[in-house]
Amino acid sequence: MPQQSHASVHSHGQTHYIRIWAILCALLAVSVAGPMVGIRFVTLATAFGVAIVKAFIVCSQFMHLNIEKKFVVYILGAMLAFMIVFFSGVAPDVLEHEGQQWQKTYVEPAAGASTEH
Amino acid sequence: MDVPTGRLAVWWVLASEIVIFGGLLSSYVMMRLRHGAWAEQAAHTNTWVGAFNTLVLLTSSLSAVLAHHAAERGDGPRAATLLRYTILGGGIFVLVKSFEWTHEIEQGFTITSSLFWSFYYTAAGLHAAHVIAGMVIMFIVARTAARNEALHRVENIGIYWHFVDVVWIFLFPLLYIAK
Repeated sequence: MPQQSHASVHSHGQTHYIRIWAILCALLAVSVAGPMVGIRFVTLATAFGVAIVKAFIVCSQFMHLNIEKKFVVYILGAMLAFMIVFFSGVAPDVLEHEGQQWQKTYVEPAAGASTEH
Repeated sequence: MDVPTGRLAVWWVLASEIVIFGGLLSSYVMMRLRHGAWAEQAAHTNTWVGAFNTLVLLTSSLSAVLAHHAAERGDGPRAATLLRYTILGGGIFVLVKSFEWTHEIEQGFTITSSLFWSFYYTAAGLHAAHVIAGMVIMFIVARTAARNEALHRVENIGIYWHFVDVVWIFLFPLLYIAK
């Protein structure tokens, strides 16, 4: 199979990539400044919201997933879906004390009582 | 399917990496939500060091994509030079990380101190191992690219490096900002 780069199908110049890098740096500044506001919602939004935006930009503009074959995106998307299934399946056992058919018998130590948790 | 074999292999590697890092980070998020007291432990991580390392990795990603751009134009020597800048970025990242860990261990925060620090060292250590692996592969690719040989590898290692960057983009708020 010929080793053809998929960058041949787009015409981004160096300036474009430097501009993307500058945007990423600005977003990094936002995520660092967010907690300084002192509002929990703002901290979470600027930290994780900005992280998702940064990851999307890197994936689309630097990894060129926006012009990659769709099946590659589906493969990566399927892996992310597995993670959501894993999280959804395990999180209730970790976060809840009891369910319809089960009850957690383990007693959590009080917060601050030990540094083990 | 029109995707070169080498690049397809890289995508499959990254698919498996998503499960590795995704599983680890999902577990971290679950445990973090369960144990609010972890915030006290997380308060000891240095946000500015994490931010600096994020900046270093973003910049190294820029040089990686510019190397790909140069390889695309058939300019192997230029691509090799830019890959070496990327390796330099990775080196700075690992160096800063080693100083950071030394300081934290001196403060008594080791991998066995608490579950938070176990996750911290495991996640950051696994990521740093990927950075080092990427630097080694990039060094080999840069050597051949400098001779204008196998220039398609420049794009392949670049994709891997950007993925390592993306993982850190999520590790940074999880370990350094959410306190």
